[in-house]
Amino acid sequence: MEESFDHAHVVTSSDSATSTQNEMTAQIEALHRAYREGVAAGARVEDKPRIDFAPYRSSVLRHPTKDLRHADPETIELTSPAFGTRDVHPLEADLTIQHGGEPIGERMIVTGRVVDGSGRPLAGQLVEIWQANASGRYVHKRDQHPAPLDPNFSGVGRCLTDADGNYSFTTIRPGPYPWKNHHNAWRPAHIHFSLFGTAFTQRLVTQMYFPGDPLFPLDPIYQAIVDEDARRRLVATYDHDVTRHEWCTGYRWDIVLSGRGRTLFENDLGADHDDDHENGDHR
Amino acid sequence: MTATPDLTPTPGQTVGPFFGFALPYERGGQLVDQAHPGAVRLYGTVLDGHGDPVPDALLEIWQADEDGNVSTETGSLVRDGWTFTGFGRAAVDNVGRYTFTTVEPGPTREGGARFIHVCVFARGLLDKLHTRVYLPEADQPEGALAHDRLLASLPEAERATLLATRDGQGGLSFDIRLQGEGETVFLDVEER
Repeated sequence: MEESFDHAHVVTSSDSATSTQNEMTAQIEALHRAYREGVAAGARVEDKPRIDFAPYRSSVLRHPTKDLRHADPETIELTSPAFGTRDVHPLEADLTIQHGGEPIGERMIVTGRVVDGSGRPLAGQLVEIWQANASGRYVHKRDQHPAPLDPNFSGVGRCLTDADGNYSFTTIRPGPYPWKNHHNAWRPAHIHFSLFGTAFTQRLVTQMYFPGDPLFPLDPIYQAIVDEDARRRLVATYDHDVTRHEWCTGYRWDIVLSGRGRTLFENDLGADHDDDHENGDHR
Repeated sequence: MTATPDLTPTPGQTVGPFFGFALPYERGGQLVDQAHPGAVRLYGTVLDGHGDPVPDALLEIWQADEDGNVSTETGSLVRDGWTFTGFGRAAVDNVGRYTFTTVEPGPTREGGARFIHVCVFARGLLDKLHTRVYLPEADQPEGALAHDRLLASLPEAERATLLATRDGQGGLSFDIRLQGEGETVFLDVEER
């Protein structure tokens, strides 16, 4: 499999770990330069990651080659599953109390607000996170890199957003970790986030990063978002108002889900969203 | 500094390889019990651009009940075995195979096509993908597929990627091809 692109860099395999970081960084920079030149020439700004981003080797065979097909959302797609206190216990938002002792590392609070594209808070929505421990190790059988597991840290949390769309987790700052994308590849420290809105089309799985990480320019996953402003939206800010006296540091990261995320009321369910069938046929 | 908040959507990122200890949950793929009257198996394989199975994908489905009603019940994560919430989540196995136990959704509007919405995540997939699993023609309201705007807009080969196949045991088979020959049609379903 050969994947060629501008500036004459060639990826020879989707799982080769023989490329150097310098080669990888050059590929990333070439793709970014082409993007910036395109925007300067009038191409649209890309707010989302590219799904076809060859420096992230695993993406080569796993991205659709055809453009997404637009479909007018139907009733089911304008609604979203309901999660509530049946599903999530408030203590699940504290990742530092899940075992018999205190986990090792920098204790911190990560908090923020979840809104839709019109700025309305998304209340009562499920937020799920997972992450490596302070030494950069996941509690997962596929993560075999020689860093210690922490018997007091699993790295999994959940919460529901409050009435103003706020979430808050207490956790340990994750460490960076090596991966096999290329030789000496390291991921910047991050926390995985999974979010639901009021419409299933708003579904978001992403990663939150920490400010000033020196690994940013080297990471093909982060840099698959070719637009600098868009990348910055994944970086939390240190917030001393969140930091607690003699207890933990604090970070703030706000999240915007796509679309207006309009609220469907009971009598909207079953309503007709297809212009071809304006017969007001409610069940 | 302007006071206007940045309301550009937060970008997605890959679910990565390590979601397995966090996102899947017990009976996540069982929207109903196998003994439920009308229970159906929805299954298939997630495949990459070489036609090889993807062993680290996660699928979510969201659907109406048998009467076309959208559930507003909480409890998807605890699965009491009786409450239909309409939501399911299942990781594929080592050979890329997924299975949901669910019911066949009714149309959410008179004469509308019956389908299950699917969201796909995988290591190597930098952003989520949306698609629809339409029930086979024989199980649709009269003319529903012909009048479905999305299906009607697709060439036959692409249209076929969105239709489930009824197997000999009554199950619904639906493979997801991320790339290449028979690539599944993935959707932009954002409100306009």
